[in-house]
Amino acid sequence: MNQTLTPVQRVALARNPQRPGTADFISALFTDFFELRGDRHFGEDPSILGGVALYHGQPVTVIGHRKGRTLEENLKFNFGMPSPEGYRKAQRLMEQAEKFRRPVITFIDTPGAYPGLEAEARGQGEAIARCLSILSALTVPVISVVTGEGGSGGALALGVGNSVLMLENAVYSVLSPEGFAAILWKDASRSNEACDVMKLTAADLLELGVIDEIIPEPEGGAHTAPGAVFTAVDDAISRSLAPLLKLSGSALARQRYKKFRAMGNQAIRRDRG
Amino acid sequence: MSNVFTRRREKLLALKSLRSGGPRSAPAPACPACGAEVPRGELHKNLYVCPRCGHHHAVSAYYRLSLVLDPGTFRELDERLASADPLAFPGYAGKLADAGRRTGLSEAVVTATGRIEGRRTAVGVLDSRFFMGSMSAAVGEKITRLVEYAEKNRLPLILFSASGGARMQEGILSLMQMAKTAAALEHFSAAGGLYISVFTHPTTGGVTASFASLGDYMLAEPEALVGFAGPRVVEQTIGQPVPEGFQSAEYQLDHGFLDAVVPRRELRATLSRLLRLHDPKGGRDR
Ligand SMILES: [Zn+2]
Repeated sequence: MNQTLTPVQRVALARNPQRPGTADFISALFTDFFELRGDRHFGEDPSILGGVALYHGQPVTVIGHRKGRTLEENLKFNFGMPSPEGYRKAQRLMEQAEKFRRPVITFIDTPGAYPGLEAEARGQGEAIARCLSILSALTVPVISVVTGEGGSGGALALGVGNSVLMLENAVYSVLSPEGFAAILWKDASRSNEACDVMKLTAADLLELGVIDEIIPEPEGGAHTAPGAVFTAVDDAISRSLAPLLKLSGSALARQRYKKFRAMGNQAIRRDRG
Repeated sequence: MSNVFTRRREKLLALKSLRSGGPRSAPAPACPACGAEVPRGELHKNLYVCPRCGHHHAVSAYYRLSLVLDPGTFRELDERLASADPLAFPGYAGKLADAGRRTGLSEAVVTATGRIEGRRTAVGVLDSRFFMGSMSAAVGEKITRLVEYAEKNRLPLILFSASGGARMQEGILSLMQMAKTAAALEHFSAAGGLYISVFTHPTTGGVTASFASLGDYMLAEPEALVGFAGPRVVEQTIGQPVPEGFQSAEYQLDHGFLDAVVPRRELRATLSRLLRLHDPKGGRDR
């Protein structure tokens, strides 16, 4: 564990292009992966990668954000910023998982949903909202792993899990530090300052009750020893999944509802009249 | 129901509408759309819609409730829920106190029950004067409690949104309110609850990407800005100005995300009609 890293340093590690991403976790942790493509309404958005696979022999649905390493890949995957089609493909996979009673495992790594003209025209807000409501009510286990950047609503759209795990140097925040500084101080260049006040590290989020477990990374970050990270993530998912598989469908939905129902309780007080 | 109580409630809402910087006490600035300087009295008579160009001015939550609910039926819920400044965010506590003094509100949403042409309804209204209607944990909690109240009491639910999105000063806890409110509405919907969502100007960010987009019926006031990313963020992304009318209510109607754009003067009648269409007794006399 690297307990001495600053939030700014962790943001840099979370964004490192060599960091293992959803495609890497899928090939390392799963077998027989079959990719599902397209939202059946408008198009295929490769910045969301999803399909069915075997996890230690158990059929599961896997969904995650996909970033690229090269410029060419980044353009293809739009730097991991999904369009509404990506979120609607994710909805289709979630509903299919429900039908076939498969657990859902999600990997979160996005700067945020794409803020473009076409994305707005096709209902980015509605697409994310619908992911939240579908995930919240699934009667199969949902495990979410924040592996890199958890940026805003575009990250949360895959994050309504019975169990939410997070890599040690991943970050998860209401907005990117640059966006946060731009909105709050009208100055995107103050992003380092934003990192320090936003409480976006795994340790902060564990303390705030937003995540359930921190998965340790090797000294120097996940990209320096991916094999060790795959093993640690595999262990953490297995440990979280086992007890969930024993619960009934309605108990799973109830547990998830209660968990998110309580989020932010510490942020509320009763005013004097 | 005693007349005394009814009258008292009516007075209370009228008072709150005033105290909250509402209609009459607000100055009458030039219309932001056409520049016309309309006398306050005339604007008030016209429900704060510019008589020259039809621009719908922002109005306070209590004023909105007074336009929609039957006189004397307003009962506020969770009036005193407020932010506890969970991240001890620099400067936030002071700004909360300022916003409270300026608006008479303890948070950016007012939740209540009341009747619309006799039908009991749960109503929530975001107020853009309090931190731009942004979603603090207290806002998420008040809305969630309202949804749960509506489910428990089998009431229809109406939410008026007007929001800049997340409350930055509450960080990730603000973001989580998107999941919390969406989950509550999904539960409500599965139980057969009726939810009418009304977008008012402007609604963006996490509110658009959660409860505001999940209505059985989706309405908006004319020309209200409705989107996920705000127009300035979109302009930065695409490196050019957004087209005229982008993200307006009319644009969202054209793109399939709204059922109707409803002028303020027709809002109460429209809501009443939808409630009637969901009343087992239908249009028959009650
Ligand atoms: Zn005007």
